[in-house]
Amino acid sequence: MTAAQAAGDLGGRPAGTVPVLELENVSKVYPGQPPVRALDRVSLAVTAGELAAVAGPSGSGKSTLLHLMGTLDQPTAGTVRITGLDVARMTDRELAGLRAARIGFVFQQFFLGEHQSVLGNVADGLLYAGIRRGQRRRLAADALGRVGLRHRAAARPTQLSGGERQRVAIARAIAGRPPVVLADEPTGNLDSATGTAILALLEELNAAGTTVIIITHDHAVAARTRRRIEMLDGHIITDTAAGTGTAVGGGFRHVQEGT
Amino acid sequence: MTTTSGHSAGTAAWAAPVPARLRPGDLAALASIGLRTRKLRAGLSALGIAIGVAAIVAVLGLAASSSAALLAEIQALGTNLLTVTNGQTLTGTTAELPAAAPGMIARLPGVTSVQDTGTVSGVDVYKSPYIPSGETNALSVDAATVGLPAAAGTSLAQGRYLNAATEREPVAVLGAAAARRLGIDRIRPGMRIWARGQWFYLTGILNPDTYAPQIDSAVLIGFPAAEKYLNFDGNPSEIYVRTVNTPAVTTRVDSLLGYQANPENPNQVDVSRPSDALMAQADAKGALDTLFLGLGAVALLVGAIGVANIMVISVLERRSEIGLRRALGATRGQIRAQFLAEAILLSLAGGAAGVILGTAATAAYARGHRELLVIPPQAWAGGLAAAIIIGALAGLLPAIRAARLSPTQALWTV
Repeated sequence: MTAAQAAGDLGGRPAGTVPVLELENVSKVYPGQPPVRALDRVSLAVTAGELAAVAGPSGSGKSTLLHLMGTLDQPTAGTVRITGLDVARMTDRELAGLRAARIGFVFQQFFLGEHQSVLGNVADGLLYAGIRRGQRRRLAADALGRVGLRHRAAARPTQLSGGERQRVAIARAIAGRPPVVLADEPTGNLDSATGTAILALLEELNAAGTTVIIITHDHAVAARTRRRIEMLDGHIITDTAAGTGTAVGGGFRHVQEGT
Repeated sequence: MTTTSGHSAGTAAWAAPVPARLRPGDLAALASIGLRTRKLRAGLSALGIAIGVAAIVAVLGLAASSSAALLAEIQALGTNLLTVTNGQTLTGTTAELPAAAPGMIARLPGVTSVQDTGTVSGVDVYKSPYIPSGETNALSVDAATVGLPAAAGTSLAQGRYLNAATEREPVAVLGAAAARRLGIDRIRPGMRIWARGQWFYLTGILNPDTYAPQIDSAVLIGFPAAEKYLNFDGNPSEIYVRTVNTPAVTTRVDSLLGYQANPENPNQVDVSRPSDALMAQADAKGALDTLFLGLGAVALLVGAIGVANIMVISVLERRSEIGLRRALGATRGQIRAQFLAEAILLSLAGGAAGVILGTAATAAYARGHRELLVIPPQAWAGGLAAAIIIGALAGLLPAIRAARLSPTQALWTV
């Protein structure tokens, strides 16, 4: 499947109630002395078109959650499903294909290559989706237009401000129109005004149909999103998807089933 | 597209994605990132391979160029020269060629020219009578026929050769080495040398003779003059035979020469073909060649270690790039291919520089020695192939390490 086809899937994807991203009793233990239990039987479902923030202090497990949602790492126990596909049953190659077509990543450190132009960086987001170079550059120019940076296409990343760099990174993440965008502390390296503009951009993306999940330690950021998932010590302690905005699962535990 | 079976049936409509292949052009662009962003480092690390390939190309190129030059000279001189020399008798004394031998040989079909020299023994040559008799300069005095230079593969450097008139007079022509040893570099009117109480006037100096180096150190005098002034017995000691320029004819004449020159004792005659010995020399490899090829191989080995080292460092430095590419959807294989291709490209760039360097060195040498520039295809093709193989071997381990990095390790550890 090409990213262009993936982009075409956008209209025909399952209705909003179907989870694009599902975690069922997911635990992640990092080996060591003593072993670190970063996630402890976490369950979570994100439906298509949602905008959610995962908030929590460092060490709460939110980064681990992002790794698992992005298929960059595998859980020790439990099931992770991305667009309905069980990650544990997929080969490394299939997971790479899944990331190429269906998941866009935005990182705190931007990770832009200095050896090429802004347009080239954005086009690299489609490199592993099997699209020809010319088409990659057209889609990249289009994505740059969506983040308002079409006029900086020829610039080098070093010539851009921090906010502009993060916009380029977002353009790279959305160039193939993936159904899910995972943003890891997207405002962490930016001042508050620039950060707010980046959040507004992510909201715009979400309004256009993309599922956006933002990982942040900043509660002010989390407060802006419709759904807030708060984490502490490997557990979800609050998930406003329950509708109440209060803690679920007996205060400290999310719903635990089948354990 | 393959569909992985067993995914939760409740969420239909999404099929398992299949990773796309990287196009060759994209892989080449990826491979060149390291070279483009760190030019100095790339240049230095490719230097070892460049030097190794340059040494190998230059050694093979120089050998091929000088053998091509020798073959060209042989071609120009002709391969149809046969020489007949007096061999030895069964008792070990020097045999004599019959005086009639040249005339007999000339009757063989296919023979176009027969010239001969006869060694005049016991005669030494001096520049003047005042030179001490011990300083003979190791020159020989030979009687020679008037058509000798053309048949023996030489020509006049200066002056004139013996002719029907001067071969009867006390007149001499010097071989190239003989002239040098006597300190004569130019023929002037009235110039003469002293041999056995007699002045001989000089008329010419010969060019060096590739086929018959024995002529170089000889002082040549006509047969009649040698008999008249130096008590020469008139027996030829070396006969130069030219045949029709057809290899088959030359070979046939070759096989008949012994009997024709000395029918009574054909085994006392040595027949040889000077061009054969030179061709063998053209094919022979110099002793230094092996040494330099060995040095080239060592340079290639050191170059390979340099490339491997630089690739290991590159992988360590570019962890975040590797992590990002994995997040963007690169498979392990694609990461491995990127770094393997980078090592090969680096090594190939070194190899190409080495081929250019080695060719330039050979060209400079060949020009200095007025030789043709010949770079054997196996030298440059082999050099490039060696560079590719070395790059692949040197890059394999770093590429595998890069591919083994987990995306989370690569992205979140600095």
